[in-house]
Amino acid sequence: MSLVDGLGLALAGRLERTNLRLEAGTLTCLVGPNGSGKTSLLHALAGIGRSSGGTLINGEDLRRTSPARRAALATYLPASRDLRWPLHPRDLIALGGASPEQIDDYAALLELDGIEPRTVDHLSTGERSRVLIARALAPRPKLLLLDEPTANLDPLWQIRLMDVVRAEVAQADRAAVVAMHDLDAARRYADRLIVMSKGAIAADGGPDQVMGSGVIREVFGIERDGSHWRAAAEPVRPSADRRSSP
Amino acid sequence: MRHGVILSVGVLALLGFAASLLLPWSSLQALLAADRDLGLTFLLELRLPRAALALVYGAMLGSAGAAIQALFGNPLASPDLTGTTSGAALGAVVTAYIIGAASSFAMAIGAVAGALASLLLLIGLAGRRAETATLLLAGLAISALAGALTTLALALAPSPFAFYDAYSWLMGSLIDRSLPQLGFAAVPAAVAILWLARLAGPLDRLALGEEVAESLGHDLGRLRLQIICLSALGVGACVAICGAIGFIGLVAPIFARRLTGGHAGRAILPAAAIGALLLILADLASRFAPLGRTLPIGVVTALVGAPFFLWLVARMRWGMAR
Repeated sequence: MSLVDGLGLALAGRLERTNLRLEAGTLTCLVGPNGSGKTSLLHALAGIGRSSGGTLINGEDLRRTSPARRAALATYLPASRDLRWPLHPRDLIALGGASPEQIDDYAALLELDGIEPRTVDHLSTGERSRVLIARALAPRPKLLLLDEPTANLDPLWQIRLMDVVRAEVAQADRAAVVAMHDLDAARRYADRLIVMSKGAIAADGGPDQVMGSGVIREVFGIERDGSHWRAAAEPVRPSADRRSSP
Repeated sequence: MRHGVILSVGVLALLGFAASLLLPWSSLQALLAADRDLGLTFLLELRLPRAALALVYGAMLGSAGAAIQALFGNPLASPDLTGTTSGAALGAVVTAYIIGAASSFAMAIGAVAGALASLLLLIGLAGRRAETATLLLAGLAISALAGALTTLALALAPSPFAFYDAYSWLMGSLIDRSLPQLGFAAVPAAVAILWLARLAGPLDRLALGEEVAESLGHDLGRLRLQIICLSALGVGACVAICGAIGFIGLVAPIFARRLTGGHAGRAILPAAAIGALLLILADLASRFAPLGRTLPIGVVTALVGAPFFLWLVARMRWGMAR
C-alpha cells in the first residue's frame, strides 16, 4: 500500500478530478505555469476550502481526523508569507502543533536562534519564510505539502532548504509534495516530477523522463538553450489533448 | 508572570465592582444608618444592577472585540468600529418605538437582530479578511446608516417624546436599571463570553492564515458564524439594556494581547477582564464628575477611547501595528 492516496481530488473551476498516489520516501516536485493548478492540488491534498475528494495517509482519512491529530499526518505551507499578529517565532511554530523538543530541533536546523528575540513583524521576508517553514516541518508530519518554499530565500538557503526537505523524506514513512518554479532545482531534487497545466496533470514521471519530453515546451512555452532556458522560438499552441503523457 | 498579570486584572475588576457597589460610601452609610432595610434595598436594587452591568457589559465588549479582531486579523475591528453596536441600537429603537414592543426582552431581541444584520453586512461589504481601510470604511458606512435610520425611526415614532426618551439611553447609561434588566443583559453575555473563550484555540491558529488553519482541520465557516452570532447575542443584549458604549471593545483586546504574547484567541478572557475593569473605572469616573451631575458613561469612554484610537491609527500609519 502506498503512503498517501489522494482520491477524486477536485476544486471547482481550478482543479479537474485527479487521483494521486504517493510512495513513502519520495519527494514529488510540482511545476506548472501560474494558474495551472499547483496550489489547488496542494489544497485538495490538504483538505482546504471547497476542495473535494479525500486524502488517505496510511489508510487514515485526513479530513476526518481531529485538529490535534492533523499536524502529525500532513502540514501545508502556503505561498503567502503574510502573518496576522506579531508573535514570537517559537510561539508561532508551536501553533502548528509541534512539541517543545521538535521546536528546538527545527529552530536549530533552520538557524532561528539568532532571530528569536524579535517578533515576526520585525523579521526580513527570508527570515519569516524560515520561521513559517519550521512551523510546517516541526510537527514531523507523514506528508509535507510545501507551496514555493524557496521563494524569498537567498541562494544558499534555497539549497539548504531543499537539502533539509530531501533529508526529511529520506526517513521512512514520509513524503513531500513541493510546488516550485525553478525547473532545474525541481529536476535535481525530485524523485518524481508532476507538470500541471490548466487544472490537470499534464505529465507525471521521473524528472529526467519528464524534462526530456516535449511537455515543458508545450506547457511553459520555453525550451533549453545550452545551460539555460529561453522563450520558445515559435509561438506554442498547446495541443488539444493536454493530458499527453511523456 | 503573564498569568499573574492576567489574574491581577481579574482581581482588580472585582475590586472595582466592590468599590462600585459601595461608593460613594457616605450616601450608602447615611441610608444604612437611617433605615437598614432601605439602605439594603438601595444597595441591591440600585447600586448592584449598575455595578454588575458595568462588569458584564465591559467584559462582553472586551471579549467580543478580541474575538472579532482575531477573526478579521485586524486590531481595529471592534464592535463599535464595525457598526455592531449602532446596528444593535437601531434594532432596539425600531422594536421599542416603531413596533411598539418596549419591554426589555423585546428590545433585546431587536438589538440582537440589528447587531447580527450589521455584522453580516460588514462581512458582505468588507470581505472575510478585510484590510484596515476597507474594514473601517465599511464599518463607518454601517454606523452612519444605522445612526441615520435610528434618528429616522425616532422622528417617525408615534410618541412625541421618543427623541428625549431615547437620548440618554443612546449615549450609553447604566443608571436606573432593574435586576430583571440586569438578567436580560447578563445571561446572554455570560453565555457568549464563555462560548467565545472556547474558540480561543482555532482563533489563535488563524494567526497562521486561513489556509493553514483549515489544513489543521478547523472549519472556518463554522468558526466565523459562531463568532458573529455570539458577538451579536452578547453585545446586542447589553446594548438593549444600556445603550451603545464605544471604544472598550477596541482598547481592551489590544491590552489583552500584550499579556498573551500576541496570541489573539487566548486574549479573549483577559480582554473580558480588562473590558470589565475599564467600564467599571469609567462608571466610577462618571459618578465622581466634578460637575455635580452624572455624565453619560458612553461620553466618558469616548473621551478616553477616541484619543487612544487616534494614537493607534498613527502607530499603524508608521507600521508598528500590534
